[in-house]
Amino acid sequence: MPIMKVEDFYFTYPGVSAPSLKGITLPIMKNKITALIGPSGCGKSTLLRSMNRIHDLYPGNKYEGRIELLNLETDEFENILEIKKENDFIKLRQKVGMIFQKPTPFPMSIFDNVAYGLKIMGIKNKSELHDRVEDALKGAALWKEVHDRLDKSAMGLSGGQQQRLCIARAVAVKPEVLLFDEPTSALDPISTGAIEELIVELKNDVSIAIVTHNMQQASRISDYTAFMYLGDLIEYDETEKIFLNPKEQKTEDYITGRFG
Amino acid sequence: MRLLINKIVLALSTLSAVVGLAFLGWILITLVAKGITSFHFELFLKDLVDGGLRNLIIGQFIMAGIASLIGIPLGMVAGIYIREYGRGKYAEFIRDLSDIMMSAPSIVIGAFVYAVIVIPTGGTSGFAGAIALAIMMIPIIINTTDSMLSLVPKELREAGIALGASKYKVIFDIVIKAAKVGIMTGVLLSFARIIGETAPLLFTSETSNYFSLNLTESFPSLTVSIYDLANEPEKASRDLAWAASFILTVIVLVINLTGRYITRNKHK
Repeated sequence: MPIMKVEDFYFTYPGVSAPSLKGITLPIMKNKITALIGPSGCGKSTLLRSMNRIHDLYPGNKYEGRIELLNLETDEFENILEIKKENDFIKLRQKVGMIFQKPTPFPMSIFDNVAYGLKIMGIKNKSELHDRVEDALKGAALWKEVHDRLDKSAMGLSGGQQQRLCIARAVAVKPEVLLFDEPTSALDPISTGAIEELIVELKNDVSIAIVTHNMQQASRISDYTAFMYLGDLIEYDETEKIFLNPKEQKTEDYITGRFG
Repeated sequence: MRLLINKIVLALSTLSAVVGLAFLGWILITLVAKGITSFHFELFLKDLVDGGLRNLIIGQFIMAGIASLIGIPLGMVAGIYIREYGRGKYAEFIRDLSDIMMSAPSIVIGAFVYAVIVIPTGGTSGFAGAIALAIMMIPIIINTTDSMLSLVPKELREAGIALGASKYKVIFDIVIKAAKVGIMTGVLLSFARIIGETAPLLFTSETSNYFSLNLTESFPSLTVSIYDLANEPEKASRDLAWAASFILTVIVLVINLTGRYITRNKHK
């Protein structure tokens, strides 16, 4: 069952005449991991960043088509490209969280980092905040390492810990979808392994879309894979089929390393 | 041939460095030598009228302090505006204006304040001096705030937005905190800059031989008094000017070193 549906989606950056995404159609399945792969410049990050409208931080982008998010209360899909009000953007981003390539701890304590999104949601009760921070840190497999220094600055953590902190921070607000934009490309292999394990565990609670340059990573953790090339979606299927039996020649060339 | 050119260039640049440093050393040595011989702790206890510097040092700090109270918030708000909110022509205009203001000769700023405040209010005042210093300070603060904010990675802003924070919350909770150390250093350095200024005060606050907290009249200023004392024929006055210069240099040095210390610790 899809939780998000991208339909005939075009995206154009400001000052560029040609669209960077040309008629993309694909679903993000509920409680599954969908990997977006493809060579640099294929538009995979652009697509991911459209799914929570983070592009709107910068003016002048043009959207066409539809990106729909399932409203769990009404069981109906709503087009997120129609969002205009600040409040609705905030709601969207609480439902669709994002993890970035470089860890982005805020310059504050570990506790305040994880509590940041919760406070924005209006949770003020101290014990509730504490419980949810603890749950989130446990969910991100970080609790054991930091439980005795929650009031210390998050900047003192290692890169891998910082990335798990960012995941905890995103998980804390209980999003429906999590977008990962190359979450391990700045990390060492051991931290990468920990994050991959974590992402797989997270899919019990959230639906996940992940952009990755690393094809092994896509094949290891994802259920579905979308291969993109020069702004087009070349192929979307179950990960196994994409990697073992691709229908398109382009896909096969890419995953076998013939170009990239 | 290339080796020869290399040697010539090396010799020339070493020579220029030595000449430059020699003058700097000469100034410092003269200052310390002349300053220390006329320096004694009594200077901090007596006012100028009794041969001390107390009123001048306090007056200088009060004017620089008031200038900071005006200049720091204004400069920071303007810096935040042009980096975070300003788009296109408007922000560019403010940025250019601030660059021009930063290179405006300080005597011109003094003359400006003389024309718009001193003349209409009927005389020199501590307040006019503080305004002149604030005008000197604002572009420096705008510039450092702007450039320190520009160093905050855009991913940090995006991460805040992605958690559902509004732009305003991201700027004030996250971006400014991330740039805090840099901005603080800029503020300190701009304070060090204005505490040693003479030209903006020369005909705005003037100076006073007496202790004063009344900002509506001529106000004691260490730098303006150094200028006055150095022009007097008696040796005692000129010695006092040396001592005052020495104290001023130490004050500026301490503020500068504090600024550097803060920046260095940040990178540890």
